Amino acid sequence: MKALVSVRNLTRIFDVSKPWLNRMIERKPKAMLTAVSDVSFDIPEREVYALVGESGSGKSTIGKMVVGLLTPSEGTVEIAGVDLARETDADKIETVRSDIQMIFQDPFASLNPRWKVRDIIAEPVAARGGDTAGLSEKLLEQVGLAAEDAGKFPHEFSGGQRQRICIARALASEPKLIVCDEPTSALDVSVQAQVLNLMSDLKDEFGLTYLFISHDLTVVRHMADKIGVLYLGRLVEEADPTTLFERPAHPYSQMLLAAAPKMDGFGREVVPPKGEIPDPINPPPGCAFNPRCPLAIPLCRQERPELRDVDGARVACHRAEEALARGRDANDA
Amino acid sequence: MSEPVLSVRNLVVEIPTRTGVLRPVDKVSYDISAGEILGVVGESGAGKSMTGNAVIGLLDPPARISGGEILLKGQRIDNLGREDLRKLRGKEIGMVFQDPLTSLNPLLRIGDQLTETMLAHLDITQDEARGRAIAALDEVGIPAAASRIDSYPHEFSGGMRQRVVIALALCAEPSLIIADEPTTALDVSVQAQIIALLKRLCRDRGTAVMLVTHDMGVIAEACDRVAVMYAGRLAELGTVRDVVQRPRHPYTDGLMGSTPLASRGQRRLRQIPGSMPRLGKLPDGCAFHPRCPKAEARCRAEPGPTLEADHGRAACWFPVEAAEVVS
Repeated sequence: MKALVSVRNLTRIFDVSKPWLNRMIERKPKAMLTAVSDVSFDIPEREVYALVGESGSGKSTIGKMVVGLLTPSEGTVEIAGVDLARETDADKIETVRSDIQMIFQDPFASLNPRWKVRDIIAEPVAARGGDTAGLSEKLLEQVGLAAEDAGKFPHEFSGGQRQRICIARALASEPKLIVCDEPTSALDVSVQAQVLNLMSDLKDEFGLTYLFISHDLTVVRHMADKIGVLYLGRLVEEADPTTLFERPAHPYSQMLLAAAPKMDGFGREVVPPKGEIPDPINPPPGCAFNPRCPLAIPLCRQERPELRDVDGARVACHRAEEALARGRDANDA
Repeated sequence: MSEPVLSVRNLVVEIPTRTGVLRPVDKVSYDISAGEILGVVGESGAGKSMTGNAVIGLLDPPARISGGEILLKGQRIDNLGREDLRKLRGKEIGMVFQDPLTSLNPLLRIGDQLTETMLAHLDITQDEARGRAIAALDEVGIPAAASRIDSYPHEFSGGMRQRVVIALALCAEPSLIIADEPTTALDVSVQAQIIALLKRLCRDRGTAVMLVTHDMGVIAEACDRVAVMYAGRLAELGTVRDVVQRPRHPYTDGLMGSTPLASRGQRRLRQIPGSMPRLGKLPDGCAFHPRCPKAEARCRAEPGPTLEADHGRAACWFPVEAAEVVS
């Protein structure tokens, strides 16, 4: 199947230095924060690719680069064969842009409180001079709200309903790709279920492709066709949900899965994970996970592992085979 | 069974407004024994935080306790004056809030914040207090506690800050800790560390813990018993195992079914239609009936049976039988 989104060696570095004068007085060097480091993946058409990771893992930064809100420092994002950051043909850029939409985490902050819902939803089409007659009403019904709601303001809706309005707005320009950045994190469980079901239905109905960004492993497992696990801006493992959840091959994925609360974990005594995510300004040499990794060997401190195929997954770990064997032993025990 | 540390009996909290009196907490009763973790779970607006705030006397006016009793170790605390309540907070009841940054004073070293609390409540000297503060930081797992005691809150990461807040809640050796969404702002791996810490402290010290959260996974993992709240009322109360595996209230059943955790492998999540009613617009009868698949005439006419603290599971006229649970 053809890849709709193709991300190659994507890197984003932020300059987080203090102002020039402070640096001169304190004699401090520039501080560079590598938010995303050499990430490559493909999203085939009509699939859901999920990026999962803890805070600071760079998942939202990748999302922003995919939609073009940030330019990559290095590497490329190609959507339907067009690299938005380098393409010079304005028509081509415009066509591709209208194929991309985004749904944000906070449905309270992402809707203009002074606009009526009708105008909010029609905006992506109106901005390109399209025909918006009856569009908002039709979309509202598709996302499970009433056509009369078009005349209301955002404050008249609950969190779940607002997220439905955000989804309706994202659908307005008939996009192919929707980047969803933590779309249900601000919602209650029962409302989350409604929104996730709606997103699955719409995907089937309109043939959408999702880049689904979340920190919630259970949501990701439910939604994704393929999952990329991020750690400190690096893709450490990529696999389909069954493979990842049943036999995670990277020690970080293993740690993350073991730490996630389970519904049948009554009185479970977990050995809590050691340590915390290191400072992204001075990441550890070699594999970024080596200070917390139970399997680390000297090689892990010297050489950054490349993604390679291990047992049905792509894993960036020198010791993936040992990690897999260890995971099997833990399951047997 | 020994006397519970905290007994809440028919607690009613009311907020008078221009359009009428709202009841964010309505006839809620439960007990927490020493060394027990009671989970209070519900969606936003269910009244779970309000219950915790009522216990510790931190209701924002005009909200007030208008009925029922709160007993701490057999003593009524709901009718205490401000000064008595102030002495109680920190001494007998510790509090851990969701956001560790806003619950610490950014301008004071954490050591000063810890010793201040201890000096206010315990009869000890400054030096003893400092020694105990280091011991408390050590106990909650802050590495090199003796040197980090003079750091400011901003010098700690989120997870470490939450540990400091827990040390602060613990330092006067309270018999009850109210933890309001203590892990919601934290990452999964840090959340696991904090939950393990709370469980260990609860077991070692015999502290009673009231854990308010919306995360069923956290509840299943950490708690002994769980109280499910819906629209200000207790919907179900029971041991974690019973409530999670054999929910009896249709709301609990729906809540369990709609977590992606439970419906693993299914293409669609089970969903509860609609959303929780606003407090000003509660339907007649059982507050859940408009969303309930089993609602009958009686549910529309009269509110569900009120749960007593020690018996009864679900506040429902037609509780789900074991065989009906789909998941």
